[in-house]
Amino acid sequence: MPHPESVLLGLSKLNNILEVDPKARTARLQPGVTNLAISEAAAAHGLYYGPDPSSQIACSIGGNVAENSGGVHCLKYGLTVHNLLCVEMLTVEGERTTLGGGGLDSPGYDLMALVTGSEGLLGIVTEVTVKLLPCPEVARVVMAGFDSVRAAGDAVGAVIAAGIIPAGLEMMDALAIQAAEDFAQAGYPKEAQALLLCELDGTAEEVDQHVEAVTNIFNQHGASSLRVSSDDAERALLWKGRKSAFPAIGRLSADYYCMDGTIPRSQVSHVLEEISKLSAKYQLRCANVFHAGDGNLHPLIMFDSGDPQQLARAERFGADILELSVAVGGCITGEHGVGLEKLNQMPSQFSEAELHQFEDIKHAFDPALTLNPGKGIPILKRCQEYRALPRRHSHD
Amino acid sequence: MTDALQQLAARVCAAKADATPLYVHGGNTKKHLLGRTCSVERTLDISKYRGISHYQPQELVISARAGTPISELESALAEQGQMLPFEPPRYAGQATIGGTLAGNLSGPGRPWLGSIRDSVLGVQLINGSGQILEFGGKVMKNVAGYDVSRLQAGALGTLGVICEVHLKVLPLPEASVTLARDTSPDEALALMTNYAGQPKPLTGACWVNGKLYLRLAGAASAVEHTAQIWGGDRVDGAIWTQLQDMTHSFFTPSAELWRLATTPTAPCSDQADQCIDWGGSQRWLRTPPASIPQGAHLNLFSGGDRQTEVRGKLDQVQQTLQLRLKKAFDPAGILNPGRLYSWM
Repeated sequence: MPHPESVLLGLSKLNNILEVDPKARTARLQPGVTNLAISEAAAAHGLYYGPDPSSQIACSIGGNVAENSGGVHCLKYGLTVHNLLCVEMLTVEGERTTLGGGGLDSPGYDLMALVTGSEGLLGIVTEVTVKLLPCPEVARVVMAGFDSVRAAGDAVGAVIAAGIIPAGLEMMDALAIQAAEDFAQAGYPKEAQALLLCELDGTAEEVDQHVEAVTNIFNQHGASSLRVSSDDAERALLWKGRKSAFPAIGRLSADYYCMDGTIPRSQVSHVLEEISKLSAKYQLRCANVFHAGDGNLHPLIMFDSGDPQQLARAERFGADILELSVAVGGCITGEHGVGLEKLNQMPSQFSEAELHQFEDIKHAFDPALTLNPGKGIPILKRCQEYRALPRRHSHD
Repeated sequence: MTDALQQLAARVCAAKADATPLYVHGGNTKKHLLGRTCSVERTLDISKYRGISHYQPQELVISARAGTPISELESALAEQGQMLPFEPPRYAGQATIGGTLAGNLSGPGRPWLGSIRDSVLGVQLINGSGQILEFGGKVMKNVAGYDVSRLQAGALGTLGVICEVHLKVLPLPEASVTLARDTSPDEALALMTNYAGQPKPLTGACWVNGKLYLRLAGAASAVEHTAQIWGGDRVDGAIWTQLQDMTHSFFTPSAELWRLATTPTAPCSDQADQCIDWGGSQRWLRTPPASIPQGAHLNLFSGGDRQTEVRGKLDQVQQTLQLRLKKAFDPAGILNPGRLYSWM
């Protein structure tokens, strides 16, 4: 949502893959190249790009840099910031500079890390060089249904305690399971209260060893159903349900409001119980999908935007969830960013002094506050013009 | 908030009020490494601000005050079968976690396991105005606000006094095997590139004294199977500890030591005395190379003239941005002035 008086600078047509270097395992890209297109171009060399947000068909690498996007594989393979080598950026003065380089260290401050996840507030990214990874020999998914969220949460902890870092580890609650199954017919157990999808990848021997270990752990934690993918088609089917969870919820409700808090993994059953109470309080249904590996929770609050009261209740419900995430030791956004929508929750995570420090960083790069005005960092008293912006965008 | 922390903040406030710069240090192991000599008399010693403050093995997260020795963290983690993924130098047990973050130092697994820059989840720091601030957190993903935690990596304490660090940790590998073979450095680079492109559990590749060393680590079955395919002499893993702690005989002379950060495919230096690490991405040299490969950065890591610039030159645009950023954190310029660059 741009500022009403702003000029839009669209980068999506800068969509050329400039170079794939299979020996150095890198790809040099214009910012509009889609996330999936990188892996498609690298596939001929047996390589791929690690971060894979669910929106990877459409989302661009420039946007991934702006949001520090993750995806279902980020516990093992990292976020965007871990998979970048070099970013070419235009400053607000229109000067070009290159952050990072061909090696892994840069000479001064790590501005590439600072720019990653900065929501376009510090400069305009015009070229990105990413690291590529060798495609794993084998990947298999273990799917397990559980009678309670607590049992599934404990099973997640036990996998980590066993020294296994799964390529992906996802949890869904009862409402999400039912919606996804109706939508995708992936063979999910509709009676389960929680579902885990655990992907294991690596060499053939390693995957066999880990599939056996994870299967045992899930059984020990009382899995009510268990299925292991036997080929890539079955693996894709099991993921299809999870990857289509958002549109599946979209069929159940006129609108949904997706939250993005991150919580310590061990808090998941407590947080889902609290969300269930909030659901009763605000009289709105909420389905939950959870990147259990990295603690990123996506509650999907269902409402009808045609009813102003429901919209207001959904916003308060969402705000309560974010504040709950901070209260249990987490944060208000794991990968979707702050934008305009979560500005009000920034003070629940940061003190006034911390917000001032953010503002000083912004001033160092963009003293006139030209880039993405009003986003990311909440209004501060010392800049009247800046303060005026969010009000124009207020949902109230 | 502890009294000790408040006292550290009060020292920074006083330094700002007196316009008297501070040299911030912990174990003092990196005083003559990485950056320029900081000729500042007043010191701020954080080595007593130490201890593990929070550790939940199942969350893969550990938090420790800045003065905590690396070796103390490693012991606590090993009891739970975990480790610091970035294998930092321990420097005879004196290196601290705060200094490790400030220097962004990491061991031979860097291309596969990352550096502390990749593992840091959050920091508590005191900025140059004496304010105690927290950024990031104890969770794996956090995009609220700018990533100030990662920005501290390699800043050599010039943006804030690092007080506490939250880190992602990893399980210790189930098995580890080191393979060695005699090669020329050129051949070693070609082999490293070839092996790193394969989906095998490679976590170390270096060349020193005429030998290529490869480390396989992870699930026992995968390590064993790969070792059989790749071949070579099986040797003990001492080389990795020697690289991590810089105790290998290559590092013994106190003469100039240059570190070149480059693409792994960059041509090999013709210098006789060199060590190639990080699968080719890091080249240790005794004299600066005649030309610097495109996109590479050169740092006079230790020895030599440390009154002059020791880090790679920045273009004018970045120099301006970096200076403004320094002022945003430390408006009075009291934190380790001149340590990173003479003008900062």
